[in-house]
Amino acid sequence: MTAASNPPLLSFEKVWKTYGAGEARVDALAGVDLTIRRGEFVAIMGPSGSGKSTSMNIIGCLDTPTDGTYRFLGVDAGRLDRTRRAVLRNRYIGFVFQGYNLLPRTTAAENVELPLIYRGVSARERRGLAMKALADVGLKGRENHTPAELSGGQQQRVAIARAIVSNPTLLVADEPTGNLDTARSHEIMNLMTRLNREQGLTIVLVTHESDIADYAQRTISFLDGNIASDRLNREAA
Amino acid sequence: MLWETVKLALRSVRRNALRSFLTLLGIVIGVAAVIAMITIGSGTTEKVKQDITKLGSNLLTVQALRPMRGGDTNFTPRPLSDEDLRGLVDGLQNVDAVSAAAQRTVRIVYGADNLSAQVTGTDNDFFIARNWEIVSGREFTESELRGGANVCIIGQTIRSQFFGEGDPAEDSIRVGRLSCRVIGVLESKGTSGFGQDQDAVLMMPLTTFQRRIAGNRNISQIYIAVKDGISTSETVANVKDILRDTRRLSPDQEDNFDVRDMTQIADAMTSTTQVMTGMLGALAGVSLLVGGIGIMNIMLVSVTERTREIGIRLAIGAHERHILVQFLVEATVLSLLGGLIGIVIGLGLAAAASMSLSIPFVPSMTVIAIAVGFSALIGMVFGFFPALRGARLDPIDALRHE
Repeated sequence: MTAASNPPLLSFEKVWKTYGAGEARVDALAGVDLTIRRGEFVAIMGPSGSGKSTSMNIIGCLDTPTDGTYRFLGVDAGRLDRTRRAVLRNRYIGFVFQGYNLLPRTTAAENVELPLIYRGVSARERRGLAMKALADVGLKGRENHTPAELSGGQQQRVAIARAIVSNPTLLVADEPTGNLDTARSHEIMNLMTRLNREQGLTIVLVTHESDIADYAQRTISFLDGNIASDRLNREAA
Repeated sequence: MLWETVKLALRSVRRNALRSFLTLLGIVIGVAAVIAMITIGSGTTEKVKQDITKLGSNLLTVQALRPMRGGDTNFTPRPLSDEDLRGLVDGLQNVDAVSAAAQRTVRIVYGADNLSAQVTGTDNDFFIARNWEIVSGREFTESELRGGANVCIIGQTIRSQFFGEGDPAEDSIRVGRLSCRVIGVLESKGTSGFGQDQDAVLMMPLTTFQRRIAGNRNISQIYIAVKDGISTSETVANVKDILRDTRRLSPDQEDNFDVRDMTQIADAMTSTTQVMTGMLGALAGVSLLVGGIGIMNIMLVSVTERTREIGIRLAIGAHERHILVQFLVEATVLSLLGGLIGIVIGLGLAAAASMSLSIPFVPSMTVIAIAVGFSALIGMVFGFFPALRGARLDPIDALRHE
């Protein structure tokens, strides 16, 4: 199955992101055009400073473009205020980070419940959804462990459970395997592939390892603030 | 949602138990001081009121004015006399008692034992005016009063020191050089608000006192008990009119006597203790301010320490408002906890002080409620700035924070 014919989920239209002014002006993104469709599994690659992190922050509605338009679900998300973007993130976007970013001294289940708290879901319903999400990522029985009692791979699974518990449209993963060994990395990537295939979850994955990027159907490479290449991965498709 | 936040705040306070405790020490000390001060203050006020009531609240005291040393006197000094007393007894209506008294501190001897006591020469109306009961024995008789008999009525301190539990009736004690037969014992009045033993007293007929103790016919005070329901200020005016007449003061002369109204004295004493309470309370308020700044400081540390946590929360959809409320609740819980501990300690201190000063322990629910509200308010006010700083963080920067 290919997602190439699905409706677009998000798009960049001549997106610029600049920092500083005058001599010190840096263009992190220089007029980027990009469309990602529903159900796609996209890997973003590129050396540091190429603009991949900036574009990921804009895609995740954490940041806004200096110029140009960023559309997410048909909404001009680049012009929304902080609170509206927080609502978009809470309802439609899940995040997975390199450093897991779980709350310390807080159980796996409580970590997974976190996005639901801000959505105003009742305590009982939250607990049920968190249990289901943890079971989905293969952590049944570890619900009451704190991050310190879990291995890196398990912590990243908790993070994925937290990202998918609110049933988002988009999963943004920033170097999710950066802190894991090869075996653990492939487990995490298989899990993400399964979520993409079975649940139609759109995934944008930032990585600098090409064997990780190979799990995606499409690889976009950034260089000097613009897209250097954008190709479909034969084996994944 | 709010309950979740409170639970979260409690957990965070518990996680840094020592730090939290040290932080809220300022609030604890401040609230404890305020509660102790106000409770002890109202206990003192209560004690003063009780003393005044024991004295008789409808009591007027007349005294001759004495010339002030080194000061200008614009009146002619003259002690109170029998004539003044007779004038008042005959001229006043609506009074329960008019009694003349004169005092001197005299050494009293019984066997090998002796003590110093205030000896008062007076009459039976004194016991009515001063609201003082004779618990055993009897009053003076008319002939004893008129003839200046060597009889006396003693206070509890003298009774217990000389006679223990025994009955002093008809036994004789020596008052100065005078041998005096005990005919009655007064009820105990305890210690006055100023720490004076009110039971180290001895009463004898005024005539006896004047002849055998003082050696003059002066009267120190005239006590007047106004009937219930009669205005004391009106009676004061009558007393002044009568005395100006008996003391033959011409209209251009100033009063050479003073009429004191017990209710006025009560009000003055009450307001004095209230001013003291207020001042000490203000002092304690400064400690609350310092406590508040301590909370602000520790909340700033807490926000910085948990920058990454704030980043995670913002990224997964917390609004600024959620972060603000989270830290605001944490500051409030911290300061409220301090307030509650402070109230317990403050009440404890006040109870201990009440026992050792023998004043009533009167904790006020209003003051406690205000203390609770005020400590919560301190948390909110001083927690607001740090909480706002946390809420305004940029999620991307916060997530990158190490």
